[in-house]
Amino acid sequence: MSGAVVTGAQAGLVSCETCKLLTRPVHPEHAGHCPRCGATLEVRRVQSLQRTWALIIAAAICYIPANLLPVMVSNTFATSDAETIMGGVVYLYTSGSWPLALIVLVASVMVPLGKLLALGYLLVSVQRGTARGHHERARLFRIVVFIGRWSMLDVFVATFTVALVQLQPLMSVLPGAGVLFFAAVVVLTMLAAETFDPRLLWDSATNMEKHDG
Amino acid sequence: MSDAARPSQPLMACQECDLLQRIPALPVGGRARCARCGFLLAARPRDPLELPLVLTLTALIVFIVANAMPLMDLAAVGRYSSTTILGGARQMWLDGERITAMIVVFCAVIAPALYLLLMLAVLIAARRPPLPHWSGELLRWGLHMQPWAMYDVMLLGILVALIKIAQLATVDPGIGLFAMGLLAVLLPAIAVTFDAREVWKRVAWKHGDDLAAAAFADEDHLERGR
Repeated sequence: MSGAVVTGAQAGLVSCETCKLLTRPVHPEHAGHCPRCGATLEVRRVQSLQRTWALIIAAAICYIPANLLPVMVSNTFATSDAETIMGGVVYLYTSGSWPLALIVLVASVMVPLGKLLALGYLLVSVQRGTARGHHERARLFRIVVFIGRWSMLDVFVATFTVALVQLQPLMSVLPGAGVLFFAAVVVLTMLAAETFDPRLLWDSATNMEKHDG
Repeated sequence: MSDAARPSQPLMACQECDLLQRIPALPVGGRARCARCGFLLAARPRDPLELPLVLTLTALIVFIVANAMPLMDLAAVGRYSSTTILGGARQMWLDGERITAMIVVFCAVIAPALYLLLMLAVLIAARRPPLPHWSGELLRWGLHMQPWAMYDVMLLGILVALIKIAQLATVDPGIGLFAMGLLAVLLPAIAVTFDAREVWKRVAWKHGDDLAAAAFADEDHLERGR
C-alpha cells in the first residue's frame, strides 16, 4: 500500500457512527456531537477494550454453568430426566437426526466457545499492537458478528419444547437453570461484539506505515 | 480514487478501519467496498425508500399474524395443546425462568416490533423532506434492533423442538409458523433494499447549515495530510 493511506484519526477527522458524516472536531479529546444527527462523536469507541474484556469474562463465567446445568427437565409419571446441552446433542444424534445434532452442536457448543476465544484473541492482538494479519483478523471479527445470534438456537428450542409439552399429568417439560446461563452467554458475547471497535485492529497497520514513510 | 469523482462525492471514513476515501457515484445495484479492509461501505439498491416502505408495511401485517395465531398444535393420547410466540415465553415465566422469558420476548416480539415501527416512521418521514434531525436517532435505534430480531434462529429452534417432540406426539404446524417463516425472509429483505444514505441526504441538520459548513471536512485536507 502506498503513502496515500490516511485514516480519519490521522487527519484529525471523526466519522459519525450513526450517519457516517465526517467532521473536524474542535477538540480531538472531546469530539462533541454530530452536527447532522446529534449523536455523540468518538474517534474510537470509548473504553472499547475494557468493556469488551468485561463482557467476555462475564460470558466465560456463565459458560460453565450453561454447560453443566440442565436446560430442560422432562417429567413423566415415574421418571424425571434432566438434559444438558450436550445431552440434547447426543439425544438428537442417537434418535437418528444427525444433521440436526450437528447444527445444535455447532450453534450451541462450538460457536459460543469460538466467539469467546476469537474475541479474546482479537483483544490481545490489539493490546500487543500486532502488526500482521490485519485482513485475517478483520475477517475473524466479521464472522464473530455474523454468527453470534445463531447461538440463541437452544434457548428457543427449550422455550418451545417447554411451551408445547404440557400434558399434565402424563408428561411435562420444565426449563432447567442452565437455560438462563446459556442465554446470558449469547447476550453477553453479542454485546461484546458490539462494544469492540474494529478500527483498533487497523491502527497498528496505520502506525507501521507512518514509521516506514 | 478518480479525479472525476472528487468534487461531487464527500470524503468518508470506513466504519471498520477508518481509512479515508471517496465513494464514486454507484450504478443501480452497485456496491462500494473499502479499499483496505473490504468492508461494504455503500450499496445502491434500485428503489431505496419506496420498496423498503412496502416491505415494512407487509412485515408489520405478517408480524401481527405471527403473534396472534398458534405456531403449532400438539396432540398426544387424546390431549391437545397449542402455543403462540408469547405463549412460549409465558410458560417460561410461569416455570420460574423469568429472565430467559424476557430475553425470548425481546428477541421474538420487542426487537422486531421496534425495528419495523422505527423503520416505518423514518421511511414515511423520508417521503416529505427535510426530515427532522431526531429521525436520525430513530433510524439508529432501528438499525441497532436488527441483529436482535431473530426469526430465522427461532424458526430453526422450533424445527429442532418439533423433531424432538415428534417421537412423543403428533405435531401440526399452525398459521403462525408460516407467518414466522415469511418474517424471516422479509426482515433481511428490508435491510437489503434500504439505503440509509438516502435518508441522511434528506435530514435537517441539528446544528444548522452555517455550523455544518464550518465543521465539514475540508475538500483539500488530503493534500495537506501528505
